[in-house]
Amino acid sequence: MLDYSRFETHERCQLQIIDEAGLLGRIRKGDETAFEQLVGLYEDRLYRFGIRMCGEREDARDVLQDTLLTAYRSLKDLQHPGALRSWLYRVASNACLMKRRKGKFEPDREISLEELAPDPDSAATEIPDAAALPDEELERSRIRSTVQEAVRSLPPPYRVVLVLRDMEHLSTSEAAEALGVPESTVKIRLHRARLMVRARLEKDLTRAGRPGGRP
Amino acid sequence: MIRRHDPTSPGCRDLFARLSEYLDGEMDPAACEEAEAHLGDCPPCHRFLESLRRTVTLLNREPDERVPEEIRREVREAIDRLRRERRG
Repeated sequence: MLDYSRFETHERCQLQIIDEAGLLGRIRKGDETAFEQLVGLYEDRLYRFGIRMCGEREDARDVLQDTLLTAYRSLKDLQHPGALRSWLYRVASNACLMKRRKGKFEPDREISLEELAPDPDSAATEIPDAAALPDEELERSRIRSTVQEAVRSLPPPYRVVLVLRDMEHLSTSEAAEALGVPESTVKIRLHRARLMVRARLEKDLTRAGRPGGRP
Repeated sequence: MIRRHDPTSPGCRDLFARLSEYLDGEMDPAACEEAEAHLGDCPPCHRFLESLRRTVTLLNREPDERVPEEIRREVREAIDRLRRERRG
């Protein structure tokens, strides 16, 4: 297997897709080592996904375990190697839904864009530039926890799309496949989720009394 | 010409609805050209785009949390149990 650490996240994702085709072929032939490699590739990501969706460490453990056990039982039946990633996240998403005792990630109603339009009269706080975060660890940590809280505050149907696209780096089609929704739905919910996070960051960073990103 | 920003105008409103498509490079060339022309003329829309871009970048760069070692062990033990069951 390639050492992915030297590549940028996006390139890493692309390279993994190529490697995973070979991996899936070996798993389907009963190669236990190949399954171990798959576990190594995905355990951190699936655990992180569980934490971001469920919030609790024990729930995230259950999501990870349920997903990998299901993979052990059922991956031999997966026909398309390219669908491995979206298949795994579909299983993980369903495991998260089971934690919420819900059948699917559907909002009670779609949040309208009008609700998310910025207030033209408010003095906007600058969102920090990730490439130029403050040097002090305390300030960086505060910004990180504000981002995490903003994601956690999203309604689950929007949070799952944002997490899959912007944090787990699935493509629009992979996210649509994982969630069993049209690509247009993924795009609509992603945009709304991003607007909600942006608004929350603006509010929380202002409340702290320190405009983000400014020295 | 710098136009007056009006969030209710079709130009500002349409762009607001499609900003993520623009950021993700998912707009067709004609729409992209139109968006860029608007952004060149409308500083508030341009500023908002930048704040959204920074938001997405912060999300993209969220630190990668690792599975705690004890959970890694528990999960692998569960897989081993399943493996043994299947072998009979």
